[in-house]
Amino acid sequence: MELTLFYIAAAVAIAAAALVVTRLNAAHALVWLVVALLAIAVIFFLLGAPFAAALEIVIYAGAIVVLFLFVVMMLNLGRRSITRERLWLEPGMWIGPAILTAILFGEMIFLIASSDTGDAGSPIGPKAVGEALFGQYLLAVELAAMLLLAALVGAYHLGRRYLRDRREEAS
Amino acid sequence: MELNWSYLLIVPLAVGALVLALFIVWWERRLLGWWQDRLGPNRVGPFGVLQALADMVKLLTKDDWLPPFGDRVFFIMAPAIVVGSMLMAFVIVPFGPGLHVTDSNIAILFFLAMSSLAVYGVLLGGLSSNNKYAMLGGLRAGAQMLTYEVFMGLSLMGVVIHAGSFSLVDIVESQRGMWYVLPQCVGFFIFLIAGLAESHRLPFDLPEAEHELTAGFHTEYSGMKFGLIMAGEYLAMMLTSALVVTLFFGGWLGPSFLPPVVWFALKTALVINFFILLRAAIPRPRYDQLMSLGWKVLLPLSLVNLLVTGAIALAAAD
Repeated sequence: MELTLFYIAAAVAIAAAALVVTRLNAAHALVWLVVALLAIAVIFFLLGAPFAAALEIVIYAGAIVVLFLFVVMMLNLGRRSITRERLWLEPGMWIGPAILTAILFGEMIFLIASSDTGDAGSPIGPKAVGEALFGQYLLAVELAAMLLLAALVGAYHLGRRYLRDRREEAS
Repeated sequence: MELNWSYLLIVPLAVGALVLALFIVWWERRLLGWWQDRLGPNRVGPFGVLQALADMVKLLTKDDWLPPFGDRVFFIMAPAIVVGSMLMAFVIVPFGPGLHVTDSNIAILFFLAMSSLAVYGVLLGGLSSNNKYAMLGGLRAGAQMLTYEVFMGLSLMGVVIHAGSFSLVDIVESQRGMWYVLPQCVGFFIFLIAGLAESHRLPFDLPEAEHELTAGFHTEYSGMKFGLIMAGEYLAMMLTSALVVTLFFGGWLGPSFLPPVVWFALKTALVINFFILLRAAIPRPRYDQLMSLGWKVLLPLSLVNLLVTGAIALAAAD
């Protein structure tokens, strides 16, 4: 039962991911990205990580991709960008990425074949995730927080110049 | 796979929620009429109660127009996302002891996930209409819902610390001694405001502010698609009320002369009436006021609330 669900979710995730790459319209690609993220959340859930599954939807599908879509809406690209995307997706484009992915795929097959990957293990609740994050991996969490703070300050700095110009215009 | 009997609740729950949303529209109009010293809809049936049915027949028989200049797939998808995500979130609401579709260790997160997916309905509705008012409304809705989502989640963490669980059934059970509205009054107010903004109802209905954006993101919608978007808004209000009751007012708990489900329904109805009163009483803020209220007041407040609650919980644990 769980295995069937896993394969269904995995197939949906792969198909949606392929569509993300090949869509010409950026908004359509983003909606497929949401579908792929939802499928990955289902996989997390099946693997016994309900907390990670919920966060996958709340953070990635619910916040980050919304921001992408937000920017796409703000820029309002229209038909011109679709023709440009079509130029970018000509057949010769696929050779380089295809070789690199093939190498990675080969490595993955080798690793799976050569080592015992073990089973999914026991379900991990929110408390266990919290203990791992703020115990064992505290340093990594703090470093990520510093990185995000830098991004926040940078965004504020860029926005402030715009606001100052606006204020000068107004006065 | 063994059959879980609580899954039988799903169909009556979905149908009941949609029908109830229809009648809340009538109830809201009557209450607003009463508060604003006018009559409101009182012609169809006793007290005008059948106005809801008349409205539904009108919406169903109206011409359902698809804008030829827009993105058809997104245009049709958007109302379905709005209603679908809200109905999905009802799955975790405990209506009484044992009376819930599902209860899991991540129930609150599931609610947050569904309410954050509802943003797509509004954003895609605005994007696919290919109309500047709809686009502006969609952008406003996206920014507003993202902003208020941030501390909607944070404001609930105080309750989670008190109860020690994300499960709504556990949270209700742990309120036998005291409702969380007292120790978590700051969290309660923040959640109330954030819930209001998430369901973009007046006074926070800036995505559809009619005096500046015609009808915002649903300008191009007509017929039953418009009906679905409105239903989604009322479902969001019902869901927020049900969660306010579950998280802060003891859910189904109450003196035993009434069954628990009735207590839950009464409390939820009271909160819904309060939301309607807010709509009648408070004017709409300006958009930048809404944003600065969110980021500069409510976000720091919810962080401080979380910090203090955590510190008290730590001190009590020792």
